[in-house]
Amino acid sequence: MQAGMPPITQDLIAQHNLTSEEYQKILAILGREPNFTELGMFSVMWSEHCSYKSSRVHLKKLPTTGPRVVQGPGENAGAVDIGEGLCAVFKMESHNHPSFIEPYQGAATGVGGILRDIFTMGARPIALLDSLRFGELHSPKNRHLVKGVVSGIAGYGNCMGVPTVGGEIVFNDIYALNPLVNVFCLGIAKKDKIFRGTAAGVGNPVIYFGSKTGRDGIHGATMASDSFDDTSEQKRPTVQVGDPFTEKLLLEACLELMERDLLVGIQDMGAAGLTSSSCEMASRAGNGIELDLTVVPRREPGMTPYEIMLSESQERMLMVAKAGKENECVAVCQKWDLDVAVVGKVTADGILRVLDQGTVVAEIPAKALADDGPRYERPYQPPAYQDMLTNLNYDLIPDTKDANAALLTLLESPTIASKRWVYEQYDHMVRTNTMVRPGSDAAVVRIKGTNKAVAMTVDCNSRYCLLNPYEGARLAVAEAARNLVCSGAAPIGLTDCLNFGNPERPDIMWQFVMAIEGMKDACERFQIPIVSGNVSFYNETNGLSIYPTPMLGMVGLIEDAERTMTQWFKSEGDDIILLGHTREDLGGSEYIKVVQAREQGSPPYLNLDTEKALQDCVLSLIRGGFLQSAHDCSDGGVAVALTESCISGPEGTRGAVVTLTKGRLRNDAVLFGESQSRVVVSVKPSHRHAVLDHARSMGVPSDVIGTVSGDRLVISVKNEEIVDGMIDQPVSGLLDRWACALERSLNHV
Amino acid sequence: MKAKIHVTLKQGILDPQGKAIEHALDSLGFKKAANVRVGKYMELDIDQTDKAKAEAEVKAMCEKLLANTIIEEYRYELG
Amino acid sequence: MNIGVVVFPGSNCDHDCAHVVKDVLGHDVTMVWHKEASLAGLDAVILPGGFSYGDYLRTGAIARFSPVMQAVKQFAGDGGLVLGICNGFQILLEAGLLPGAMLRNRSLHFVCKDVYVRVENAATPFTSFYKPGQILRIPVAHADGNYYTDPVTLAGLQANAQVTFRYCTADGKVVPEVNPNGSLDNIAGICNAGGNVLGMMPHPERCVEAVLGHDDGRALFQSMLTSLEQKKLAVVR
Repeated sequence: MQAGMPPITQDLIAQHNLTSEEYQKILAILGREPNFTELGMFSVMWSEHCSYKSSRVHLKKLPTTGPRVVQGPGENAGAVDIGEGLCAVFKMESHNHPSFIEPYQGAATGVGGILRDIFTMGARPIALLDSLRFGELHSPKNRHLVKGVVSGIAGYGNCMGVPTVGGEIVFNDIYALNPLVNVFCLGIAKKDKIFRGTAAGVGNPVIYFGSKTGRDGIHGATMASDSFDDTSEQKRPTVQVGDPFTEKLLLEACLELMERDLLVGIQDMGAAGLTSSSCEMASRAGNGIELDLTVVPRREPGMTPYEIMLSESQERMLMVAKAGKENECVAVCQKWDLDVAVVGKVTADGILRVLDQGTVVAEIPAKALADDGPRYERPYQPPAYQDMLTNLNYDLIPDTKDANAALLTLLESPTIASKRWVYEQYDHMVRTNTMVRPGSDAAVVRIKGTNKAVAMTVDCNSRYCLLNPYEGARLAVAEAARNLVCSGAAPIGLTDCLNFGNPERPDIMWQFVMAIEGMKDACERFQIPIVSGNVSFYNETNGLSIYPTPMLGMVGLIEDAERTMTQWFKSEGDDIILLGHTREDLGGSEYIKVVQAREQGSPPYLNLDTEKALQDCVLSLIRGGFLQSAHDCSDGGVAVALTESCISGPEGTRGAVVTLTKGRLRNDAVLFGESQSRVVVSVKPSHRHAVLDHARSMGVPSDVIGTVSGDRLVISVKNEEIVDGMIDQPVSGLLDRWACALERSLNHV
Repeated sequence: MKAKIHVTLKQGILDPQGKAIEHALDSLGFKKAANVRVGKYMELDIDQTDKAKAEAEVKAMCEKLLANTIIEEYRYELG
Repeated sequence: MNIGVVVFPGSNCDHDCAHVVKDVLGHDVTMVWHKEASLAGLDAVILPGGFSYGDYLRTGAIARFSPVMQAVKQFAGDGGLVLGICNGFQILLEAGLLPGAMLRNRSLHFVCKDVYVRVENAATPFTSFYKPGQILRIPVAHADGNYYTDPVTLAGLQANAQVTFRYCTADGKVVPEVNPNGSLDNIAGICNAGGNVLGMMPHPERCVEAVLGHDDGRALFQSMLTSLEQKKLAVVR
């Protein structure tokens, strides 16, 4: 035992979140007792966050291959071919726990981490999106979290010069003590210049560069693998502080190193810092790495090997250079004012060997740390309360008596209201590629030097997932794809960020397993591969778990950027057509929550073939130049979709006069129900028949429901021959409610 | 020798951050707090034993870089 | 023409400016690393937007001491065209090439959106393609754009027509409600007395191609390039 290291006791093992079975496994691997440093290294690498020990057996079921896939899961990020020798590199990650403890830094370092995942692959990041979940805004604590997270994202992303082009935010008190901060990033790389985290080539130098190592963030990975309780706020010291300026230098230095062909492999030091980056790179190549901590740049004196190996200081990278190129690598880093040191070399023995002042302080097979962690097939079963959630007796809920008031209430619900207050704080235009700014169904960014553009969306209706995790996950895939299609893009790939409660609970594990099954079925039907992802378990506090939130980040390709579509009405006199069939789908709707104060029922019906036909129809209409606008019907149903088409355009508002057919449905289901596979489009009158014929030929129901006209939104419901005026509002008033509601709620006025 | 430097906005220049903090203090019940001004605090070691020389150096630093004297004023302590 | 775009550590609109000059308008661009001490061979210089040195201490405060800034001062003193956009404007203020200073936005937030500005002086080399009083739709993206100067300096700027752009409504009214940051007199951009140094908070390079929504910024670069061409022709004659 080395001097100053505590002996390994039962307590110490438990403090490291290792079970006694896991500790036995460590003894078997090493053939001896680990020392304190080694125990720490095992504990972070075998944490849920790094090892995926509860999820891996299920994640394997997801479809990850396809003709466009250049890099599937298992690397820093996934990559999908977009033609002309380029690929889109993307990933989504959570930074939930740190953001609750310190919202500004938690969110900022979340952005920093995902950016590094993208540029370590050799891709220049061109777009960020964020998916956020908070408690309702009547609580000062929740308002504080929203403001902190938004400024953290802005502070980091803006400084990096990567535009934050979109995202989504949902408010529900279930997230009050476990807010979610999921960050998505996409970059563009040359297909033949993708870099991977591999320590190939015995004898090659291992180089540390970026910021210095401090004591911050020690045990971040284990924190992300633990539930919260009342003492969580005291865990504050483990939160890292982000330095976007250094990250910007790191980005430019990395791209220069890659351009000059100096590297064999590269990986960022994210969770579990130097430990994870070294053992994962070694393990991928089947090699070992020898590290000398003596030369690691440090911010504080007196740091122990344990602290250096576990530090999660931000903005650090590990690269394996080509032999003989170390001086050139060092020169590039110095040009960009970064700390840099040759800290070791690749070895043939498969061992991660750590030295400090000439003494070996840790010696562990790299593969044992990176890949041979525990795997659990945790038990799962539906909770007893599941039936109670889905049973909703609609006879007890009166139909809407005042649809005008219901619409205004929905528009003011922060989940539906405009997120302008948020996205105006994000630089969403830097890099001059943003064709569709935040506020449409999907963000669209052109690819300079080509005629192409990529569309991106992040989606998940977690209430649907609570009510039925299998259906909810299918619905999330369908909605994400529909959002892309409405902007003229064909979906080509998916990344996920699976936020759940404690996997050791069978009911939570059931939610997880069902959600995976749902994603699998929908992705297989739509032929969309999942190329990267992240799992965040233990989002629960004092036993109360979040709604299952399998967040999806989907990417689509627009071959001809000029055929990009937006959701808002364009011209007076255009016909409005509803594509798709309306059913009585009120269960789990935003209307039932906001107006009727219930979160119950079965989520909307979804038939994957019907959905696919609708999406194919919309995409072919957009590509053929037949549409003026296209907007997916989701939260708040067709009434909210129509409102948004009237008021969300950057060139001012449009009115609409619409009549919907009631059939046997309730009025509130017609207006606010969230039936799937529906899109509101507007077309020039000269294209009306072509559009209707095309829809018919593809088996998609289509109905001319009204006209873009005037400065009011008028919606009537027709039953037999009787026409009831339901909604009649000036669009200026709708705009005011919708545009300002979020800011008013945040300022508590 | 250690220099402790305070940089604040000049009197008469609107300090929106100070105003926001004042508002927040008020809503937390600190009704007696007024005239909040937000500034920067910097601390540095200066390799100089002669106090007058150190002072001249710190003053030069403030004038040249640490404060923008169009909008900011500064004061410092040496010890 | 050969236009220099200065790259400070933390610049992030450098590529955007280069794209406009080179790919859209077909001129040469030289990226000038901030440690360069010479601007020889360049016809004009752009200080791009971004967060030079992370905006630490004050925006532009550290960048002004980069070696290249001595050369920029010399270049401007010799009558060369210098355009500072956003962070570039902030650096020009800190360097004393333009009068005044930047305060935090009154909202305390970073603000990114389209605004309208009125061309107050169409007689500079940067604005000759605009009509006097023309209204431009143009994006802003900054946290420190709240321009401040003392009353005497302000009066001088106004008297010499150095206020180049003011924030206004879509129909050209200069009113406080449309000021995105609280700047004095709704100032969005100013030039020096010689008219060859322009600093502006809005980003003309972000609205040059119609595919991104608007192209009101294109004429600014065209003005600049045409004025350089005319100057060259005059020398030849």
